[in-house]
Amino acid sequence: MEPGNEPLIKFDKVVKKFGDNVVLDGLDLDVNAGERVTLIGPSGSGKTTILRLLMTLEHVNGGTIWVGGKPFSHMYRGDQLVPANEKYLREHRKTIGMVFQQFNLFPNMTVRKNVTEGPVHSLGVPKEEASERAVELLEMVGLADKIDAHPTQLSGGQQQRVAIARALAMRPEILLLDEVTSALDPELVAGVLDVLREIARGTDITMLCVTHEMGFARDVSDRVFMFDAGRIAESGPPEQIFGDPREDRTKSFLKAVLEHE
Amino acid sequence: MDFVINSLPLYWEGALLTIRLTVFGAALAFVLAVVVGTLGTMRNKAARAVAMVYTEVFRGVAALVLLFWFGNSLQEITGFRLETEFAAILALGLNVGAYGAEVVRSSINAVPRAQTEASIALNMTWWRRTRLVVFPQAWAQMLPTFGNLVIELMKATAIVSLIGLTDLTKVADDFRASAVADTFTVYSVALVGYFLFAQVLIVLVRLLERRANRKLGRPTDDSLLGLLRPPSIGTTTGGAR
Repeated sequence: MEPGNEPLIKFDKVVKKFGDNVVLDGLDLDVNAGERVTLIGPSGSGKTTILRLLMTLEHVNGGTIWVGGKPFSHMYRGDQLVPANEKYLREHRKTIGMVFQQFNLFPNMTVRKNVTEGPVHSLGVPKEEASERAVELLEMVGLADKIDAHPTQLSGGQQQRVAIARALAMRPEILLLDEVTSALDPELVAGVLDVLREIARGTDITMLCVTHEMGFARDVSDRVFMFDAGRIAESGPPEQIFGDPREDRTKSFLKAVLEHE
Repeated sequence: MDFVINSLPLYWEGALLTIRLTVFGAALAFVLAVVVGTLGTMRNKAARAVAMVYTEVFRGVAALVLLFWFGNSLQEITGFRLETEFAAILALGLNVGAYGAEVVRSSINAVPRAQTEASIALNMTWWRRTRLVVFPQAWAQMLPTFGNLVIELMKATAIVSLIGLTDLTKVADDFRASAVADTFTVYSVALVGYFLFAQVLIVLVRLLERRANRKLGRPTDDSLLGLLRPPSIGTTTGGAR
Protein backbone atom coordinates (compact mmCIF):
# COMPACT_ATOMS: atom_id res chain seq x y z
CA MET A 1 0.00 0.00 0.00
CA GLU A 2 1.17 3.55 -0.67
CA PRO A 3 1.82 5.42 2.57
CA GLY A 4 -0.39 8.25 1.37
CA ASN A 5 -3.40 6.00 0.85
CA GLU A 6 -3.09 4.09 4.03
CA PRO A 7 -5.83 4.77 6.59
CA LEU A 8 -4.63 6.19 9.93
CA ILE A 9 -6.87 3.82 11.87
CA LYS A 10 -7.80 0.39 10.61
CA PHE A 11 -10.01 -2.16 12.35
CA ASP A 12 -9.44 -5.53 10.74
CA LYS A 13 -12.16 -8.10 11.58
CA VAL A 14 -12.22 -6.93 15.18
CA VAL A 15 -14.18 -9.04 17.65
CA LYS A 16 -15.02 -7.86 21.13
CA LYS A 17 -17.05 -9.88 23.60
CA PHE A 18 -18.12 -9.21 27.15
CA GLY A 19 -18.80 -12.70 28.45
CA ASP A 20 -21.26 -14.24 26.03
CA ASN A 21 -22.30 -10.86 24.70
CA VAL A 22 -20.65 -10.23 21.33
CA VAL A 23 -20.39 -6.45 21.04
CA LEU A 24 -18.29 -6.25 17.87
CA ASP A 25 -18.54 -9.12 15.47
CA GLY A 26 -15.72 -9.02 12.94
CA LEU A 27 -15.77 -5.26 12.44
CA ASP A 28 -13.87 -3.62 9.59
CA LEU A 29 -13.46 0.14 9.83
CA ASP A 30 -11.05 2.64 8.29
CA VAL A 31 -10.48 6.22 9.31
CA ASN A 32 -8.14 8.48 7.37
CA ALA A 33 -5.75 11.01 8.86
CA GLY A 34 -7.46 14.30 9.59
CA GLU A 35 -10.90 12.85 9.04
CA ARG A 36 -13.81 13.72 11.35
CA VAL A 37 -15.93 10.68 11.88
CA THR A 38 -19.16 10.37 13.81
CA LEU A 39 -20.51 7.11 15.15
CA ILE A 40 -24.26 7.01 15.63
CA GLY A 41 -26.67 4.24 16.47
CA PRO A 42 -28.69 2.78 19.32
CA SER A 43 -27.20 2.07 22.76
CA GLY A 44 -25.29 -1.18 22.94
CA SER A 45 -24.48 -1.16 19.23
CA GLY A 46 -20.73 -1.05 19.94
CA LYS A 47 -19.90 2.61 19.24
CA THR A 48 -18.33 3.35 22.60
CA THR A 49 -16.49 0.03 22.55
CA ILE A 50 -14.66 1.16 19.43
CA LEU A 51 -13.35 4.25 21.22
CA ARG A 52 -12.46 2.24 24.32
CA LEU A 53 -10.52 -0.27 22.21
CA LEU A 54 -8.57 2.59 20.63
CA MET A 55 -7.79 4.07 24.04
CA THR A 56 -6.67 0.56 25.15
CA LEU A 57 -9.24 0.55 27.95
CA GLU A 58 -10.51 -2.69 26.44
CA HIS A 59 -8.65 -5.32 24.46
CA VAL A 60 -9.77 -7.17 21.36
CA ASN A 61 -10.86 -10.80 21.46
CA GLY A 62 -10.17 -11.26 17.77
CA GLY A 63 -8.87 -9.38 14.75
CA THR A 64 -6.34 -6.56 14.83
CA ILE A 65 -6.38 -2.79 15.17
CA TRP A 66 -3.77 -0.85 13.17
CA VAL A 67 -2.80 2.75 13.76
CA GLY A 68 -0.48 4.68 11.47
CA GLY A 69 0.27 1.54 9.49
CA LYS A 70 1.57 -0.30 12.56
CA PRO A 71 -0.15 -2.94 14.64
CA PHE A 72 -1.78 -1.32 17.66
CA SER A 73 -3.76 -3.98 19.49
CA HIS A 74 -0.93 -6.37 18.70
CA MET A 75 2.83 -6.23 18.29
CA TYR A 76 5.35 -8.19 16.31
CA ARG A 77 7.33 -10.92 18.00
CA GLY A 78 9.57 -12.06 15.20
CA ASP A 79 7.09 -11.95 12.37
CA GLN A 80 4.21 -13.20 14.52
CA LEU A 81 1.51 -10.81 15.73
CA VAL A 82 0.94 -11.26 19.46
CA PRO A 83 -1.26 -9.19 21.81
CA ALA A 84 0.54 -5.95 22.66
CA ASN A 85 2.09 -5.70 26.12
CA GLU A 86 1.80 -2.70 28.42
CA LYS A 87 5.13 -1.22 27.33
CA TYR A 88 4.15 -1.37 23.66
CA LEU A 89 0.74 0.14 24.40
CA ARG A 90 2.31 2.99 26.34
CA GLU A 91 4.56 3.79 23.42
CA HIS A 92 1.76 3.69 20.87
CA ARG A 93 -1.22 5.25 22.63
CA LYS A 94 0.73 8.50 23.13
CA THR A 95 -0.87 9.89 20.00
CA ILE A 96 -4.43 9.26 21.19
CA GLY A 97 -6.53 11.37 23.55
CA MET A 98 -9.99 10.78 24.93
CA VAL A 99 -12.80 12.81 26.45
CA PHE A 100 -15.33 10.88 28.53
CA GLN A 101 -19.07 11.15 29.00
CA GLN A 102 -18.66 11.73 32.74
CA PHE A 103 -15.64 14.07 32.34
CA ASN A 104 -13.53 12.01 34.79
CA LEU A 105 -11.50 14.97 35.99
CA PHE A 106 -9.21 14.20 38.91
CA PRO A 107 -10.99 15.62 41.98
CA ASN A 108 -7.77 15.76 44.01
CA MET A 109 -6.16 18.24 41.64
CA THR A 110 -6.82 21.82 40.61
CA VAL A 111 -7.83 22.54 37.03
CA ARG A 112 -4.23 23.50 36.23
CA LYS A 113 -2.89 20.19 37.60
CA ASN A 114 -5.53 18.25 35.71
CA VAL A 115 -4.29 19.76 32.49
CA THR A 116 -0.54 19.60 33.22
CA GLU A 117 -0.06 16.20 34.92
CA GLY A 118 -0.35 14.21 31.70
CA PRO A 119 2.21 16.20 29.67
CA VAL A 120 4.60 16.52 32.63
CA HIS A 121 4.54 12.87 33.70
CA SER A 122 3.85 11.01 30.47
CA LEU A 123 5.59 13.20 27.88
CA GLY A 124 8.31 14.74 30.05
CA VAL A 125 7.27 18.31 29.21
CA PRO A 126 8.90 20.81 31.65
CA LYS A 127 6.42 22.08 34.26
CA GLU A 128 6.71 25.73 33.16
CA GLU A 129 5.98 24.89 29.58
CA ALA A 130 3.07 22.62 30.47
CA SER A 131 1.62 25.35 32.64
CA GLU A 132 1.85 27.95 29.86
CA ARG A 133 0.19 25.56 27.48
CA ALA A 134 -2.54 24.90 30.07
CA VAL A 135 -3.27 28.62 30.21
CA GLU A 136 -3.53 28.76 26.41
CA LEU A 137 -5.84 25.77 26.25
CA LEU A 138 -8.02 27.01 29.08
CA GLU A 139 -8.31 30.34 27.29
CA MET A 140 -9.43 28.48 24.20
CA VAL A 141 -12.19 26.69 26.14
CA GLY A 142 -13.09 29.93 27.92
CA LEU A 143 -12.03 28.92 31.43
CA ALA A 144 -8.72 30.71 32.01
CA ASP A 145 -10.16 32.28 35.17
CA LYS A 146 -10.86 28.83 36.66
CA ILE A 147 -7.28 27.61 36.47
CA ASP A 148 -6.88 27.34 40.25
CA ALA A 149 -10.38 26.02 40.95
CA HIS A 150 -11.20 22.48 41.99
CA PRO A 151 -13.32 20.36 39.63
CA THR A 152 -16.10 20.19 42.24
CA GLN A 153 -16.47 23.98 42.00
CA LEU A 154 -17.26 23.80 38.28
CA SER A 155 -20.48 23.09 36.43
CA GLY A 156 -20.71 19.97 34.29
CA GLY A 157 -20.17 21.98 31.12
CA GLN A 158 -17.11 23.66 32.59
CA GLN A 159 -15.74 20.32 33.76
CA GLN A 160 -16.17 18.89 30.32
CA ARG A 161 -14.38 21.84 28.73
CA VAL A 162 -11.48 21.32 31.16
CA ALA A 163 -11.49 17.64 30.18
CA ILE A 164 -11.19 18.68 26.52
CA ALA A 165 -8.27 20.97 27.38
CA ARG A 166 -6.68 18.12 29.34
CA ALA A 167 -6.92 15.78 26.35
CA LEU A 168 -5.52 18.43 23.97
CA ALA A 169 -2.60 19.13 26.30
CA MET A 170 -1.22 15.73 25.25
CA ARG A 171 -1.09 17.02 21.64
CA PRO A 172 -2.97 14.00 20.31
CA GLU A 173 -3.19 13.12 16.63
CA ILE A 174 -6.41 11.27 17.30
CA LEU A 175 -9.12 12.59 19.62
CA LEU A 176 -11.84 10.26 20.87
CA LEU A 177 -15.06 11.89 22.07
CA ASP A 178 -17.38 9.53 23.92
CA GLU A 179 -20.86 11.06 24.21
CA VAL A 180 -19.25 14.14 25.69
CA THR A 181 -22.50 16.11 26.03
CA SER A 182 -24.80 13.29 27.19
CA ALA A 183 -24.28 13.99 30.90
CA LEU A 184 -24.79 17.74 30.58
CA ASP A 185 -27.78 19.93 31.34
CA PRO A 186 -29.30 21.03 28.01
CA GLU A 187 -28.23 24.67 28.37
CA LEU A 188 -24.57 23.64 28.80
CA VAL A 189 -24.38 21.48 25.69
CA ALA A 190 -23.90 24.32 23.23
CA GLY A 191 -20.78 25.67 24.97
CA VAL A 192 -19.07 22.29 24.78
CA LEU A 193 -20.07 21.71 21.15
CA ASP A 194 -18.76 25.19 20.22
CA VAL A 195 -15.37 24.25 21.64
CA LEU A 196 -15.37 21.05 19.60
CA ARG A 197 -16.34 22.90 16.42
CA GLU A 198 -13.46 25.27 17.11
CA ILE A 199 -11.06 22.33 17.38
CA ALA A 200 -12.44 20.83 14.18
CA ARG A 201 -11.94 24.16 12.40
CA GLY A 202 -8.56 25.11 13.81
CA THR A 203 -6.63 21.81 13.88
CA ASP A 204 -6.08 18.75 11.73
CA ILE A 205 -6.65 16.30 14.59
CA THR A 206 -8.42 13.13 13.53
CA MET A 207 -11.67 12.98 15.48
CA LEU A 208 -13.92 10.06 16.32
CA CYS A 209 -17.14 11.14 18.00
CA VAL A 210 -19.82 8.99 19.50
CA THR A 211 -22.76 11.35 19.81
CA HIS A 212 -26.50 11.73 19.88
CA GLU A 213 -26.20 15.37 18.79
CA MET A 214 -27.25 14.97 15.17
CA GLY A 215 -26.85 18.67 14.36
CA PHE A 216 -23.25 18.57 15.52
CA ALA A 217 -22.64 15.34 13.61
CA ARG A 218 -23.96 16.96 10.45
CA ASP A 219 -21.79 20.07 10.91
CA VAL A 220 -18.38 18.62 11.67
CA SER A 221 -18.32 15.11 10.17
CA ASP A 222 -16.67 14.05 6.98
CA ARG A 223 -18.27 10.66 7.38
CA VAL A 224 -21.00 9.19 9.55
CA PHE A 225 -21.15 5.56 10.56
CA MET A 226 -24.52 4.14 11.53
CA PHE A 227 -24.04 1.21 13.92
CA ASP A 228 -26.44 -1.55 14.69
CA ALA A 229 -25.73 -4.66 16.76
CA GLY A 230 -21.95 -4.47 16.44
CA ARG A 231 -21.91 -3.91 12.70
CA ILE A 232 -21.87 -0.88 10.46
CA ALA A 233 -25.37 -0.71 9.03
CA GLU A 234 -24.52 2.18 6.75
CA SER A 235 -21.84 4.81 6.31
CA GLY A 236 -21.38 7.87 4.17
CA PRO A 237 -21.11 11.64 4.14
CA PRO A 238 -23.53 13.36 6.55
CA GLU A 239 -25.65 14.75 3.70
CA GLN A 240 -26.39 11.24 2.57
CA ILE A 241 -26.93 9.63 5.97
CA PHE A 242 -29.15 12.40 7.26
CA GLY A 243 -30.69 13.46 3.95
CA ASP A 244 -31.13 10.23 2.09
CA PRO A 245 -30.51 7.17 4.29
CA ARG A 246 -30.69 3.87 2.44
CA GLU A 247 -31.11 1.38 5.23
CA ASP A 248 -34.37 0.98 7.09
CA ARG A 249 -32.46 0.67 10.34
CA THR A 250 -30.90 4.10 9.78
CA LYS A 251 -34.23 5.62 8.84
CA SER A 252 -36.01 4.33 11.93
CA PHE A 253 -33.12 5.33 14.20
CA LEU A 254 -32.93 8.87 12.82
CA LYS A 255 -36.68 9.24 12.96
CA ALA A 256 -36.70 8.25 16.64
CA VAL A 257 -33.77 10.53 17.53
CA LEU A 258 -34.87 13.57 15.54
CA GLU A 259 -38.46 13.36 16.76
CA HIS A 260 -37.07 13.50 20.26
CA GLU A 261 -35.17 16.69 19.46
CA MET B 1 -6.48 12.44 95.99
CA ASP B 2 -3.00 12.66 97.47
CA PHE B 3 -2.30 9.26 96.03
CA VAL B 4 -3.31 10.38 92.56
CA ILE B 5 -1.10 13.48 92.64
CA ASN B 6 1.89 11.70 94.13
CA SER B 7 1.65 8.73 91.83
CA LEU B 8 1.22 10.73 88.62
CA PRO B 9 4.95 10.74 87.74
CA LEU B 10 4.97 6.93 87.87
CA TYR B 11 1.78 6.70 85.85
CA TRP B 12 3.36 9.08 83.35
CA GLU B 13 6.41 6.85 82.99
CA GLY B 14 4.14 3.93 82.15
CA ALA B 15 2.12 6.15 79.86
CA LEU B 16 5.26 7.12 77.96
CA LEU B 17 5.81 3.47 77.08
CA THR B 18 2.16 3.17 76.02
CA ILE B 19 2.62 6.21 73.79
CA ARG B 20 5.89 4.92 72.35
CA LEU B 21 4.37 1.54 71.55
CA THR B 22 1.36 3.26 69.97
CA VAL B 23 3.44 5.59 67.81
CA PHE B 24 5.94 3.01 66.56
CA GLY B 25 3.35 0.25 66.33
CA ALA B 26 1.09 2.52 64.29
CA ALA B 27 3.99 3.58 62.07
CA LEU B 28 4.86 -0.05 61.34
CA ALA B 29 1.18 -0.95 60.84
CA PHE B 30 0.73 2.01 58.46
CA VAL B 31 3.69 1.12 56.26
CA LEU B 32 2.62 -2.54 56.13
CA ALA B 33 -0.99 -1.59 55.43
CA VAL B 34 -0.10 0.70 52.53
CA VAL B 35 2.42 -1.66 50.95
CA VAL B 36 0.44 -4.88 51.42
CA GLY B 37 -2.90 -3.24 50.70
CA THR B 38 -1.56 -1.85 47.43
CA LEU B 39 -0.10 -5.24 46.48
CA GLY B 40 -3.59 -6.64 47.01
CA THR B 41 -4.99 -4.39 44.29
CA MET B 42 -2.46 -5.41 41.64
CA ARG B 43 -3.26 -7.64 38.72
CA ASN B 44 -0.05 -9.62 39.32
CA LYS B 45 -1.01 -12.91 40.97
CA ALA B 46 2.19 -13.23 43.01
CA ALA B 47 1.66 -9.75 44.49
CA ARG B 48 -1.89 -10.60 45.43
CA ALA B 49 -0.80 -13.92 46.95
CA VAL B 50 1.77 -12.20 49.15
CA ALA B 51 -0.88 -9.73 50.30
CA MET B 52 -3.38 -12.47 51.02
CA VAL B 53 -0.97 -14.63 53.01
CA TYR B 54 0.18 -11.72 55.16
CA THR B 55 -3.34 -10.47 55.80
CA GLU B 56 -4.85 -13.83 56.63
CA VAL B 57 -1.96 -14.95 58.85
CA PHE B 58 -1.64 -11.83 60.95
CA ARG B 59 -5.33 -11.08 61.11
CA GLY B 60 -6.03 -14.63 62.13
CA VAL B 61 -3.65 -14.96 65.09
CA ALA B 62 -4.27 -13.50 68.53
CA ALA B 63 -2.14 -10.43 69.19
CA LEU B 64 -1.37 -11.76 72.65
CA VAL B 65 -0.02 -15.06 71.36
CA LEU B 66 1.96 -13.22 68.70
CA LEU B 67 3.42 -11.09 71.48
CA PHE B 68 4.48 -14.19 73.47
CA TRP B 69 5.86 -15.70 70.30
CA PHE B 70 8.07 -12.73 69.45
CA GLY B 71 8.95 -12.18 73.11
CA ASN B 72 9.78 -15.77 74.03
CA SER B 73 9.47 -18.44 71.36
CA LEU B 74 11.57 -16.76 68.71
CA GLN B 75 14.63 -16.99 70.93
CA GLU B 76 14.18 -20.70 71.41
CA ILE B 77 14.27 -21.54 67.72
CA THR B 78 16.73 -18.91 66.47
CA GLY B 79 18.75 -18.16 69.57
CA PHE B 80 18.21 -14.54 68.71
CA ARG B 81 16.59 -12.44 71.39
CA LEU B 82 14.49 -9.48 70.33
CA GLU B 83 14.55 -6.54 72.62
CA THR B 84 11.25 -6.79 74.52
CA GLU B 85 9.92 -3.42 73.49
CA PHE B 86 10.79 -4.12 69.86
CA ALA B 87 9.00 -7.48 70.10
CA ALA B 88 5.89 -5.70 71.36
CA ILE B 89 6.00 -3.14 68.51
CA LEU B 90 6.46 -5.94 66.00
CA ALA B 91 3.54 -7.98 67.33
CA LEU B 92 1.16 -5.01 67.47
CA GLY B 93 2.27 -3.51 64.14
CA LEU B 94 2.01 -6.81 62.26
CA ASN B 95 -1.41 -7.53 63.72
CA VAL B 96 -2.99 -4.12 63.11
CA GLY B 97 -1.19 -3.79 59.77
CA ALA B 98 -3.15 -6.80 58.55
CA TYR B 99 -6.45 -5.05 59.29
CA GLY B 100 -5.10 -1.84 57.78
CA ALA B 101 -4.08 -3.64 54.58
CA GLU B 102 -7.69 -4.64 54.02
CA VAL B 103 -8.77 -1.03 54.53
CA VAL B 104 -6.18 0.20 52.01
CA ARG B 105 -7.09 -2.50 49.50
CA SER B 106 -10.82 -1.85 49.66
CA SER B 107 -10.38 1.94 49.60
CA ILE B 108 -8.19 1.76 46.50
CA ASN B 109 -10.70 -0.55 44.84
CA ALA B 110 -13.49 1.89 45.73
CA VAL B 111 -11.93 4.69 43.67
CA PRO B 112 -14.06 4.75 40.52
CA ARG B 113 -12.61 2.78 37.62
CA ALA B 114 -13.23 5.88 35.48
CA GLN B 115 -10.40 7.64 37.30
CA THR B 116 -7.99 4.90 36.27
CA GLU B 117 -9.29 5.11 32.71
CA ALA B 118 -8.72 8.86 32.60
CA SER B 119 -5.13 8.36 33.73
CA ILE B 120 -4.59 5.66 31.09
CA ALA B 121 -5.88 8.14 28.51
CA LEU B 122 -3.10 10.45 29.72
CA ASN B 123 -0.69 7.54 29.27
CA MET B 124 0.41 7.48 32.91
CA THR B 125 2.37 4.51 34.23
CA TRP B 126 0.88 2.31 36.97
CA TRP B 127 3.12 3.94 39.55
CA ARG B 128 2.21 7.53 38.56
CA ARG B 129 -1.44 6.69 38.30
CA THR B 130 -1.47 5.10 41.76
CA ARG B 131 0.56 7.86 43.37
CA LEU B 132 -1.04 10.90 41.72
CA VAL B 133 -4.61 9.86 41.06
CA VAL B 134 -5.82 6.75 42.86
CA PHE B 135 -4.10 6.85 46.24
CA PRO B 136 -4.92 10.48 47.10
CA GLN B 137 -8.60 9.71 46.51
CA ALA B 138 -8.49 6.43 48.42
CA TRP B 139 -6.71 8.21 51.28
CA ALA B 140 -9.79 10.23 52.25
CA GLN B 141 -11.73 7.01 52.44
CA MET B 142 -9.14 5.16 54.55
CA LEU B 143 -8.77 7.76 57.25
CA PRO B 144 -11.93 7.19 59.33
CA THR B 145 -11.15 3.48 59.60
CA PHE B 146 -7.49 4.18 60.27
CA GLY B 147 -8.70 6.29 63.19
CA ASN B 148 -10.45 3.25 64.64
CA LEU B 149 -7.47 1.02 64.08
CA VAL B 150 -4.94 3.32 65.75
CA ILE B 151 -7.19 3.51 68.82
CA GLU B 152 -7.54 -0.27 68.80
CA LEU B 153 -3.76 -0.51 68.63
CA MET B 154 -3.31 1.94 71.49
CA LYS B 155 -5.66 -0.09 73.69
CA ALA B 156 -4.03 -3.36 72.63
CA THR B 157 -0.74 -2.10 74.08
CA ALA B 158 -2.27 -2.93 77.49
CA ILE B 159 -1.21 -6.56 77.02
CA VAL B 160 2.54 -5.87 76.92
CA SER B 161 2.98 -6.24 80.68
CA LEU B 162 2.63 -9.96 80.00
CA ILE B 163 6.11 -10.01 78.49
CA GLY B 164 7.50 -7.87 81.27
CA LEU B 165 7.06 -4.30 80.04
CA THR B 166 5.88 -1.56 82.37
CA ASP B 167 3.17 0.37 80.55
CA LEU B 168 0.25 2.37 81.92
CA THR B 169 -1.74 -0.75 82.81
CA LYS B 170 1.22 -2.39 84.52
CA VAL B 171 1.83 0.72 86.66
CA ALA B 172 -1.79 0.65 87.81
CA ASP B 173 -1.60 -3.06 88.50
CA ASP B 174 1.59 -2.61 90.54
CA PHE B 175 -0.13 0.02 92.66
CA ARG B 176 -2.95 -2.40 93.28
CA ALA B 177 -0.56 -5.20 94.18
CA SER B 178 1.31 -3.02 96.65
CA ALA B 179 -2.00 -1.91 98.12
CA VAL B 180 -1.07 1.77 98.30
CA ALA B 181 -4.56 2.69 97.12
CA ASP B 182 -7.88 1.02 96.46
CA THR B 183 -8.38 -0.83 93.20
CA PHE B 184 -11.10 1.60 92.14
CA THR B 185 -8.68 4.52 92.17
CA VAL B 186 -5.63 2.84 90.65
CA TYR B 187 -7.52 1.55 87.62
CA SER B 188 -9.63 4.69 87.22
CA VAL B 189 -6.50 6.76 86.69
CA ALA B 190 -5.40 4.35 83.97
CA LEU B 191 -8.83 4.41 82.35
CA VAL B 192 -8.79 8.20 82.18
CA GLY B 193 -5.30 8.06 80.69
CA TYR B 194 -6.37 5.71 77.87
CA PHE B 195 -9.47 7.81 77.25
CA LEU B 196 -7.42 10.99 76.88
CA PHE B 197 -4.95 9.35 74.50
CA ALA B 198 -7.85 8.12 72.40
CA GLN B 199 -9.25 11.66 72.19
CA VAL B 200 -5.89 13.01 71.05
CA LEU B 201 -5.71 10.31 68.36
CA ILE B 202 -9.25 11.06 67.21
CA VAL B 203 -8.51 14.77 66.86
CA LEU B 204 -5.33 14.07 64.89
CA VAL B 205 -7.13 11.74 62.49
CA ARG B 206 -9.99 14.24 62.06
CA LEU B 207 -7.47 16.93 61.15
CA LEU B 208 -6.03 14.64 58.50
CA GLU B 209 -9.55 13.86 57.26
CA ARG B 210 -10.32 17.55 56.89
CA ARG B 211 -7.16 18.15 54.93
CA ALA B 212 -7.84 15.16 52.67
CA ASN B 213 -11.43 16.25 52.00
CA ARG B 214 -10.39 19.82 51.31
CA LYS B 215 -7.91 18.53 48.73
CA LEU B 216 -10.77 16.70 47.04
CA GLY B 217 -12.78 19.93 46.98
CA ARG B 218 -15.36 18.57 49.40
CA PRO B 219 -17.10 20.69 52.02
CA THR B 220 -15.54 20.39 55.49
CA ASP B 221 -16.82 21.35 58.94
CA ASP B 222 -14.03 23.64 60.13
CA SER B 223 -15.28 24.31 63.64
CA LEU B 224 -13.20 23.29 66.64
CA LEU B 225 -16.09 21.26 68.01
CA GLY B 226 -16.21 19.42 64.69
CA LEU B 227 -12.95 17.74 65.66
CA LEU B 228 -14.64 15.91 68.52
CA ARG B 229 -17.80 14.75 66.85
CA PRO B 230 -18.19 12.52 63.84
CA PRO B 231 -18.32 14.41 60.53
CA SER B 232 -21.80 14.88 59.14
CA ILE B 233 -23.00 12.73 56.28
CA GLY B 234 -21.64 13.83 52.94
CA THR B 235 -18.31 15.16 54.12
CA THR B 236 -16.37 11.92 54.22
CA THR B 237 -18.01 9.63 51.72
CA GLY B 238 -15.33 8.25 49.44
CA GLY B 239 -14.88 8.15 45.72
CA ALA B 240 -14.83 10.84 43.14
CA ARG B 241 -17.79 12.66 41.84
